[in-house]
Amino acid sequence: MAQHQVNYASSGGLPVALTTVDKLLNWGRSNSLWPLTYGLACCAIEMMASGASRFDFDRMGVIFRASPRQADVMILAGTLSKKHAEFARRLYDQMAEPKWVISMGSCANTGGMFNTYATVQGVDRIIPVDIYLPGCAPRPETLQYAMMMLQKKIRRESADMKKRKLQRFV
Amino acid sequence: MQQQPNKLRPFFENLNFERDDNTMVINFGPQHPSAHGQLRLILELDGEQVVKAHPDIGYLHRGIEKMAENMIYNEFLPTTDRMDYIASTSNNYAFALAVERLIGLEVPRRAQVIRTMLLELNRIISHLFFLATHALDVGAMSIFLYAFREREFAMDLMEDYCGARLTHSAVRIGGVPLDLPEGWLTQLTDFIDRLPAQIKLYEDLLTENRIWKMRLEDVGIVTPEQALEWGCTGIMLRGSGIKYDVRKEEPYELYGELDFDIPVTDRCDSYGRYRLYMEEMRQSVRILRQLIGMYAKTEPKLMAHAPQYISAPKEEIMTQNYALMQHFVLVTQGMRPPKGTVYAPTESPKGELGFWIRSEGEPYAYRLKARAPSFFHTGILQDILPGTYIPDVVTIIGSTNIVFGEVDR
Repeated sequence: MAQHQVNYASSGGLPVALTTVDKLLNWGRSNSLWPLTYGLACCAIEMMASGASRFDFDRMGVIFRASPRQADVMILAGTLSKKHAEFARRLYDQMAEPKWVISMGSCANTGGMFNTYATVQGVDRIIPVDIYLPGCAPRPETLQYAMMMLQKKIRRESADMKKRKLQRFV
Repeated sequence: MQQQPNKLRPFFENLNFERDDNTMVINFGPQHPSAHGQLRLILELDGEQVVKAHPDIGYLHRGIEKMAENMIYNEFLPTTDRMDYIASTSNNYAFALAVERLIGLEVPRRAQVIRTMLLELNRIISHLFFLATHALDVGAMSIFLYAFREREFAMDLMEDYCGARLTHSAVRIGGVPLDLPEGWLTQLTDFIDRLPAQIKLYEDLLTENRIWKMRLEDVGIVTPEQALEWGCTGIMLRGSGIKYDVRKEEPYELYGELDFDIPVTDRCDSYGRYRLYMEEMRQSVRILRQLIGMYAKTEPKLMAHAPQYISAPKEEIMTQNYALMQHFVLVTQGMRPPKGTVYAPTESPKGELGFWIRSEGEPYAYRLKARAPSFFHTGILQDILPGTYIPDVVTIIGSTNIVFGEVDR
């Protein structure tokens, strides 16, 4: 009888968990979503407030990054003007896959109250959006709820890039 | 390889990043965490020193002034929230004041007290926000967390009054829509009792802090001549030793009756301006204390009586036929102020904010122009940035306290 045999389930050995690669990767991805600090207008103030003391985004693993190359999520917080649209697209393209987009506030969703010559009527004309967040300006709690929705969405996704792209448009 | 100029995309592509004169052109913004929104600076550098700075604005241009020409006056009021979105009520108020002066309305005293309270509360919110972001830009992360904590309490008060945290629309043309909710004054007293101790905490952390002083002292010098030439107002002007505050020079609302000081410094640098911001918060607390006493002595009337321009109170609309008819006309067609031109300056937390309105006697303004302080403070950047070093650029932008909703409109 081999002496080194250990019953992992009962005698305090290493725990074993069975999972899929998808779940493992998505667990990691969804719990450390790093958004890009992309404050455009009023909603940026609420975005800052959700990162600050009372609302404390850090407890969800959400830490704002200043560079698109380090970010997973782009939170478009505020009015996107036509002059800025080119930069928004450029920043989105600079982000590494996998990447997600939250459109925060009425202006980013549809142009909101600014139906003028200067404003983009919805950022989904420029970049694909995962979560639309209503309100003018949405409260920090709303942004945190949106982040939780995004986490849920990520947990359902496949880690396989090709499958993920297909899922996105279902 | 030399870049080829492109006439179709003149703003970005015509910048020549490769240069022969040993300078380097870098692009700062429009997405930069320290750019306070969407400022884009094109900086020409010699080593680490800025040779030339060109602020490129317009990334948040939303056409607010044009919108005003197609909206009735009451409809436009919520749009003013989105200008200086850190202190929305000061914009609402500046617009309401301009329209009131155009019509010649007298606002009831209780509404005046409430408005002045909200204005000063907004000043505190804005100054705390300035401190938070300025300290964050300079590198003091903990101050950001401290200042936002206090700011949330002030936001709670605003929320209890009008229901919104950021975009208040708490002031209406002719008064205020609501009386103060029950217990609000007690909460306000609690808040202003607590705030001076907090301000002292920030000052203990920063004022004598060696790093803070090294980063701020003698950085961003604005001489009194420069400040006047570039049209600076507010703390940018008072930081250069010129004692000018619209609240004292042309008192509006209750400021003529209130007892408060205007802090001035002749240091001319970012450090002096930081001291002024802290001192102004204390003065706001002082004003709020006086207003709490004044509130009790007022009649419970909130909107001015001018049936031609202002809807009657809800109770009258529901009970009297004529009031209902007036209300219907005012909502569907809008008020028609007399022909004329008006400019009403107010002291917003950032400086002199005023609306210039040209009325042709129609429900829509013929032309509306907002004189926003941040616009002028962005302009001065091209004068004060050359000669400074790259790390100081962030300090100076923070110190000017610009907000882009107001610059680009």
